[in-house]
Amino acid sequence: MKDGVNGVALAVFIFFFLAVTVMGFLASKWRRAENADNLDEWGLGGRSFGTWVTWFLLGGDLYTAYTFVAVPAAIYAGGAAGFFAVPYTILCYPLVFTFLPRLWSVSHKHGYVTSSDFVRGRFGSKGLSLALALTGILATMPYIALQLVGIQAVLDVLGVGGGSNWFMKDLPLLIAFGVLAAYTYSSGLRAPALIAFVKDALIYIVIIVAIIYIPIKLGGFDHIFSKAGEAFAVKNPETGKPRGALVSGPDAQWSYATLALGSAMALFLYPHSVTAVLSSKGRNVIRRNTTILPLYSLMLGLLAMLGFMAIAAGIKVKNGQLAIPQLFEDMFPDWFTGVAFAAIGIGALVPAAIMSIAAANLFTRNIYKDFIRPDASPSHEAKVSKLASLLVKVGALVFVLTMDKTVAINFQLLGGIWILQTVPALVGGLFTRWFHRWALLAGWAAGMGYGTWKAYDTPSATQDHFGNTNLIPLIGEKGYIGLTAFALNVIVVIVLTFALKALRAPDGVDETTAADYTADAGDPGVQRELPPATAGAPAGH
Amino acid sequence: MTEPPEGGRRAVVTAPLAVAGLCLAVPFVAMLWVDSYARTGPAFIGIPFFYWYQMLWVPISTLLTTVAYVLVRRQERARKAGEQR
Repeated sequence: MKDGVNGVALAVFIFFFLAVTVMGFLASKWRRAENADNLDEWGLGGRSFGTWVTWFLLGGDLYTAYTFVAVPAAIYAGGAAGFFAVPYTILCYPLVFTFLPRLWSVSHKHGYVTSSDFVRGRFGSKGLSLALALTGILATMPYIALQLVGIQAVLDVLGVGGGSNWFMKDLPLLIAFGVLAAYTYSSGLRAPALIAFVKDALIYIVIIVAIIYIPIKLGGFDHIFSKAGEAFAVKNPETGKPRGALVSGPDAQWSYATLALGSAMALFLYPHSVTAVLSSKGRNVIRRNTTILPLYSLMLGLLAMLGFMAIAAGIKVKNGQLAIPQLFEDMFPDWFTGVAFAAIGIGALVPAAIMSIAAANLFTRNIYKDFIRPDASPSHEAKVSKLASLLVKVGALVFVLTMDKTVAINFQLLGGIWILQTVPALVGGLFTRWFHRWALLAGWAAGMGYGTWKAYDTPSATQDHFGNTNLIPLIGEKGYIGLTAFALNVIVVIVLTFALKALRAPDGVDETTAADYTADAGDPGVQRELPPATAGAPAGH
Repeated sequence: MTEPPEGGRRAVVTAPLAVAGLCLAVPFVAMLWVDSYARTGPAFIGIPFFYWYQMLWVPISTLLTTVAYVLVRRQERARKAGEQR
């Protein structure tokens, strides 16, 4: 690491940061509706986004700064195993194609703002909806924290934030955070939607330049991979195992496949994905997006190559998360380092804003309105959600400042396992009403319990706890804990559904009809724009 | 709000829909069968097979999803036209 502050890079970084700040505040005027004082406007951007805005929003949402730092960092640390991110992002789009248009339709018809709204309406169970809302909020908080960790990594390498007392050290992060909180509060989902354009443009430029420029400087991919192969073959003197492998070995293939599949299933059930999907203006907007979003997967694959380049370039960092920022600083001229770091920094702001909005919507709709103030008006809901988004971000900030970074990473990993446990109620519920609501709740609890316990019990590469793969019972291969817990969840749901139906347990009221799941904007009986009053009102009024 | 009669819009599995389903299923077979691509050769501009093969599947799966999209949309339009008659 070079000593001191990299002035040119810092200036470029600050320039871009100021530009998106201005955009963030102006965004509140973008596509503004007549009556903007409700959750549909603040929390879903008026459900008005077309194919391209949705594409940028989802891209900005799912491919976060943390992804850009963590995927190459995983490759840098262990080789092939980290590349599962590519099949993972390939597999999630056929899944999205199958179930999210149905969620969009039923949510549009009934004015649902969150996925828990849907579960409550479908199964007539506030308890089940609360369980899913809490899962979503718990899984999102550490994710927001990780975005702040991403900004911190960039600031570290830039040489700012290294002051002697804690206040000066964290001041840059606090400023970035304050700005983020302010424009999210005033502009809602429109702010990240607009900033996502800048973020994605910067990211694409940086990746394309990096993937061409760095290999030329390092003597081509042949040389990069032979260096990486040598580095991975070196055995760790403590464990006697090699550092990694260029190709998944036979004993690692189950892990590779189950991690890809399990992560793909979870990705679009995160509250921030659902928020972005529901903000689009039609079901075919989502389908079209499954055909253009893979462009980001390709970019992710190229990005993963940077992990090998960091090895070939002889980057040595204690904290693997710093490998890529360090590679950029060593390889690029100062001004372009600034552009690259701005890309990572802004890449953290967009998802952090969407995640905090999504978590705030969950809190407002499925905890506050369902349990505390059932008579909350739409404008009161919007106010609560704005405040909740602030609280969620402060929570994430405290998380980052007071706890070790590995805590955030551990929780984010647990978050993936937890989100997978919402699949039976949510995705199952989109296709069938056969499952019993109490069985779904029991299955969720079983999956959550098993997944958390197993993850805690499994040592990871660097610590004694929170590994993500362990032996799958009955199969005897190592696989993703989240997927094993999901299988247990489904078994419990099916067995208990049979039992509860035999006992004639009350089934709850389903307020949706079969036609709701295929309805599109512009169909007879479906409004293009929802008047605010219908948001949250029971259907049929 | 008047609801269309129950079952009036029930999805019937037609040949195009089956093909669309197949298009969506193929990437799962290809990607989850890790053993089929867990090797280093042949390399492409120095990138081992393992990596370029999986990246090649990004455009392939995109193409398959596009085919599925066209088929499903055609089906939906035909159904809507049928309803309005």
